[in-house]
Amino acid sequence: MANRLKALTPLGHDAPETVTVGPLTITENTSFAMASLASRLGREGDVAKAAAAAGIPLPGPGMSATGATYGAIWLGAEQWMLDAAFATHEDIRAALLPLFGDAASITEQTDAWVRFDLTAPDLPALFERLCNLDTRALPEGGTTRTVIEHLGCYVVKRSATQISVIGPRSSAGSLHHALITGAKSAY
Amino acid sequence: MTQDNRISGGQIDRSRPLRFTFDGIPYTGHAGDTLASALLANGVKLMGRSFKYHRPRGVISAGSEEPNALVELRSGARQEPNTRATVVELFDGLQARSQNAWPSLKFDALAINDRLNTFFTAGFYYKTFMWPAAFWEKVYEPIIRRAAGLGSLSKQDDPDEYDKGFLHCDLLIIGAGPAGLAAALTAGRSGARVIVADEDFRMGGRLNAETFELGGASGADWAARTVAELASMPNVRLLPRTTVIGAFDHGIYGAVERVSDHIAVPAAGKPRQILWRIYTRRAILAAGAIERPIAFENNDRPGIMLAGALRAYANRWGVAVGKRVAVFTNNDDGLRTASDLRAKGISVEVIDSRTGAEVIDSVGRLGVKSITVRDAQGTRTIAVDAVGVSGGWNPNLSISSHHRGRPVWDDAIAAFLPAPDGPAGLTSAGAAAGQMSTHAALTHGAAQAAAALSDLGFTAPAADLPPAEDAPVSIKPLWFVHSGKGRAWIDQQNDVTVKDVKLAHQENFRSVEHLKRYTTLGMATDQGKTGNVIGLAVMAELTGQSIPQTGTTIYRPPYTPVAMGVLAGRSSGKDFRPTRLTPSHKWASEQGAVFVEVGMWLRGQWFPRAGETTWRQSVDREVLQTRKSAGICDVTTLGKIDIQGTDAGAFLDRVYANTFSTLGVGKVRYGLMLREDGMVMDDGTTARMGQNEYVMTTTTANAVPVFRHLEYCRQVLWPDLDVQLISTTEAWAQYSVAGPNARKLLQKLVDQDISDAAFPYMACGEITVCGGLRARLFRISFSGELAYEIAVPTRYGDAMIRELVAAGQEFDAVVYGTEALGVMRVEKGHVAGNELNGQSTALNMGLGKMVSKKKDAIGVVLSQREGLVAEGGYRLVGVKPVDPAKPLTAGSHFVATGKPATAENDGGWLTSVVYSPHLGHSIALGYLKNGDTRRGEKLRAVNLLAGTEVDIEIVSPHFIDPEGERLRG
Repeated sequence: MANRLKALTPLGHDAPETVTVGPLTITENTSFAMASLASRLGREGDVAKAAAAAGIPLPGPGMSATGATYGAIWLGAEQWMLDAAFATHEDIRAALLPLFGDAASITEQTDAWVRFDLTAPDLPALFERLCNLDTRALPEGGTTRTVIEHLGCYVVKRSATQISVIGPRSSAGSLHHALITGAKSAY
Repeated sequence: MTQDNRISGGQIDRSRPLRFTFDGIPYTGHAGDTLASALLANGVKLMGRSFKYHRPRGVISAGSEEPNALVELRSGARQEPNTRATVVELFDGLQARSQNAWPSLKFDALAINDRLNTFFTAGFYYKTFMWPAAFWEKVYEPIIRRAAGLGSLSKQDDPDEYDKGFLHCDLLIIGAGPAGLAAALTAGRSGARVIVADEDFRMGGRLNAETFELGGASGADWAARTVAELASMPNVRLLPRTTVIGAFDHGIYGAVERVSDHIAVPAAGKPRQILWRIYTRRAILAAGAIERPIAFENNDRPGIMLAGALRAYANRWGVAVGKRVAVFTNNDDGLRTASDLRAKGISVEVIDSRTGAEVIDSVGRLGVKSITVRDAQGTRTIAVDAVGVSGGWNPNLSISSHHRGRPVWDDAIAAFLPAPDGPAGLTSAGAAAGQMSTHAALTHGAAQAAAALSDLGFTAPAADLPPAEDAPVSIKPLWFVHSGKGRAWIDQQNDVTVKDVKLAHQENFRSVEHLKRYTTLGMATDQGKTGNVIGLAVMAELTGQSIPQTGTTIYRPPYTPVAMGVLAGRSSGKDFRPTRLTPSHKWASEQGAVFVEVGMWLRGQWFPRAGETTWRQSVDREVLQTRKSAGICDVTTLGKIDIQGTDAGAFLDRVYANTFSTLGVGKVRYGLMLREDGMVMDDGTTARMGQNEYVMTTTTANAVPVFRHLEYCRQVLWPDLDVQLISTTEAWAQYSVAGPNARKLLQKLVDQDISDAAFPYMACGEITVCGGLRARLFRISFSGELAYEIAVPTRYGDAMIRELVAAGQEFDAVVYGTEALGVMRVEKGHVAGNELNGQSTALNMGLGKMVSKKKDAIGVVLSQREGLVAEGGYRLVGVKPVDPAKPLTAGSHFVATGKPATAENDGGWLTSVVYSPHLGHSIALGYLKNGDTRRGEKLRAVNLLAGTEVDIEIVSPHFIDPEGERLRG
C-alpha cells in the first residue's frame, strides 16, 4: 500500500521479534494477511464452488488447512479465517471479493490479531500450562479457539513440533509474556 | 543432636545427611525423611500445642491425616503456617517452628485454658459471649481470635510463582499404593492414557511402610520396580507429590503438584506448585485407608499415636519412636505393629480390647510416661515412652463424597465404604473400597481398572500380580473407653472430646450436622479424617442407634489444605490480568500520559504538559483547546462490529430501537439498543459502508456483551436472516479529531476532499490518507464540536497519531484523554456509563422518541410497561450550582429546599459531575423525577456520605451549543 507511514508489529517494534527459551522458539509472525470469510445464507454451495475454483481450502470443524496461496482456519458454521502472504496479499479483502462476489461476507482481519509461531520438540509440555486444549491428542492441522492468559486465542497445530497461537493484537505483549513465563516454567 | 532413635533399615539415604532446625535448635536427618520422622529420630515428640486447650501434642500419624503436628515452615516472606510435619519432605536448611505456644513450646502460658477446660466445652462461645450483645464485635471476637488460631502469616507478598495447568487422560488413578499401582499396570499395558497421582514423594503407599513380601520381594522393592516400569510407559504419567484435592463437575479433578516444596527456594522461573485440572473419562480412587484411634482419657499425649504410624516410622524411616512400647488394639492389624517392632528389638506390651483389656488413662506432661491398663486382673500402670493405638481402619473415601455421595456402613470392617452414588465415572479400589489385605488390594485395583477400561473400549490384558498376604479383617469395635471423669480426645485438631459429644447430645444437638457445628468435630482443614467415625459412634451409643442410623457426615474439597497462591496461579500483582494497549500507547507513553484502566484497556486519561501540577490544569486545557481549535483522541477502544448480509438492515432494525434499514449508504446514525426488559443496553453509531455492509460501534465496556448479544440474536432468534458478524475492534486504529479546526487539520492528511459539501455531517466512507493508505472516515461527534473519526489499519496507528499531532501543530491542537472526553460529553448532554446503568429506559434518558413505533425491536414492548412510562418517572436533567463557586458531588441526591434529607424526599440523583472550564463552574447530569418539566427549579443536592449539600438549579442537559450548530459547521 503506497503511503509514507511506517507500520509497527503487534509487539510494537519495527520488525517481528523472536525469543528463545530453552528448546522453544517463539516467533512473532507478521508475514500473513488475514480476512474472515462467511457464507451468505443459502449460498454455501456457491462459496464451496468458488473456493474450490480458487484453490482455497475450506476445512471442517476444529481444523485448518493450507493451499498453494491461501490457508484457512475453521471459525464457526460456514465461517473461516483465510490467510495469504502479506507481501503479495496485503489488501487481502480486495483480492478475495472478486472470487466470491455476493455469495460471501468478507472482512479484513489482518490487524486484529497477533500470530506467534512456537517451535519445540515437546510443545504439549508448554501448552498444558497455558490452556485446556489437549495438544497431545490434537491431530496435525487441528485448530481450536481456547483461552490463554484470559484471552481468546486460536491454537493451530501445524506439526508435532510447531504450533501457532493467534491472539488479540492489543494484548500481544501480555500474551507474549504468558508464553515466555509458561516456557520458563515448563522447560 | 544425634539421632538416638534411629534404627536400622528403612528407605532413607543415610549417605545424604540433611541439616534442619526446629524452634531454632539444629538437628540432622536424612534424604527420604519427613520432618516428623526426622524429629522423632532425634527424640523430639513434642511438636505443637492444641488449638483450644494448648495441650502439648506430638505427631499421631505418618500421613496427611495428621491433626496435631502442625508447624510453621521457612521464614520471611516464605513463612508458611499450619503445615503437617508428617508430609513435609526434609531438605537441607529447612527451618520449622512450633505454633500456638507462648513463650515456648515447653511452657505455654495459655495452657491455663486446659485447667479452665470446664468453661471451654462445646458451645461455650455461644453461651459465654452472649451479653452484652454490643461486645461481640468489638471486645469478645478480637480476644477470641487472638487466643485461638494456630500459625501466623508473614503478611508479606508471596515471592513464589504458581502455575495452573490442564491434563487430559482416559483414567486417573488417585493413590499409588498396591491397588493404585496394580490399576496403573493394568491400564498402562492397555495403551490408555493414564495419570497416577500420589501425595507422597515416594510412590507405593503402605507397601513402603510394611514388611510384607510380594512375590518374594519386599513391598517397597516391588513398588519401586513397578513405578519404574510405569515411568517407562509413554502413555502413563506419574505425578508424585501431587494431591488430588477434589472431584468437580464433568470428570474434572483438581490436583496440586508440589513442584518445589522439597527444596529451599524454587529454581529460577519454576513454580512452587501447580494446580492441575485433570480432565479424565474415568477415575479410580485408590487412596487407601486411614487408621482411627480409640478414645481414652488423656489419649492425646505426645508419644501416643496410631499403631500403623508407629510401625511406618520403624519400617520406612528406621525410627523407633519409643524403647518401651504398648500397643492398644481392637483388631489384628494392631498386632502387626507389635510383631514388626519386636522384630526390631523393641519391647512391646499388647493390650487387646478383644480380651477385655483396656487402656484407661495416661501420664506424662510433655510426653507419655506411663499408661493405666484395666483388665480382668484389675488395673495396673505400665511405664512406656510410646503407645500405638488401633481402633480399625476407615477407607479413605473423602473424594467419593465430593458430590454429596453418602458413605455406606460395612459391619465386616466396622467402617464406612465409599458412596455408590459418588461422582460419575469414579470407582474405588483396594483399601479405599474396603478391600483390606494386600492381595485383595492388588487384585481389586487390577479388576477395577480393567472394568473402567473395558467401559471405554480398551482391552486390558490381565495384570501380572505377585502373590501377597491375604489376612482377613478381624475387629471387635471399641470406640472409646468408659472410665473416670477426664477427657478423651476424638478430634485432636479441633480439641473435641467424648465429653463434648455427650454435651451436644444432652443439649439436643443430636443430628450429625448439628453435632459437627456445635462441637466443631471434623471441621476445617482436618475434615475429620481420624475423628469423624468415633464421634458418630459416641453419638450412636448415646442415642441407642446404630452408627449408620445416626448418620454420616460427608467430606468437602479440598482433601488437604491448599495455598491461596496456587489457586491464583500467575494472576497476581501486575499480571493479575492481561492489558490491552491502544495503537497510540507507545506515543502516549513517550508524552508522559497518565493512563487509566478501562476494562483491560489502558487509555490516556490526560496528557500533562510542563508546568501543569494538577490533573485539572491538564484536563481544562485539553477541553478549552479542543473547543477553541482542535483536539485528538484515541477512540480505538470503542467496539467495532462488522455486520454484512442481505438482511443486515432488517437485523439492525430488530436489535436497535430506532430504524437503520432506511439509512443511506455512506451515512452514519446514532442508535439505541434495548435489552429484552426494555432497559437501555448500549448506545453507539452505526455506519452503512455499502448496500449490505454496516459497521456498528459500541461503548468500550459493552464491546463484548453487545457482540455476544448480536450473535445470540443471529444464531438463535433469527437464523432465517442472512447476516454475518465479526468483531473488528482490534483491526482498526481509530482517532477522533474534534474542534473548529478539525477539518483543516484532517484535510492535510486525507487524500480526498472532505469539505462540508463533499463530506457532510453524519457522512462516512472509505478514503485514503498520507498518499494512499486505505482508511475510513466518519463525521460524527461526541464532543459537540465539528468532529471526525478516522480509522487506519492498526499497524499504522502509531504512525497516524504522530501524523495527526504534526498536522495539528499549526493549530495548537491538543491530544486529549478520557477525562476531557468526559467533560465534553457532559457539557453536550450525552449519556454514558453512569447513565446507562442497566436500570434506565430511553424515556429516562430523554431519548424516548428514538424508540420507533413503526416497527418491533428487542425491548420495545417491555419499555412501554405502565410503570416505566407513568408520570413522575426519572428524566435526564442538567444541573448547575446556584453559587458557581460551589463544587457538585457525584451521587448527591435531589432534595427539595426545606425538606429533610430522607428517603421519602429523595427526588433522584446526580449521575455525572464535571468541572466545565468553558462555563467556569461544576455541571452535572442527573435523573430527577419529572425532570423534563422542572427546568429552572431550585433544589438541594445532598450527599450524606460525602457530607456535602449544595443549592442547585435544574437546567437543560445541553450546556453547550444546544442547537448543534458547531457540529454541523
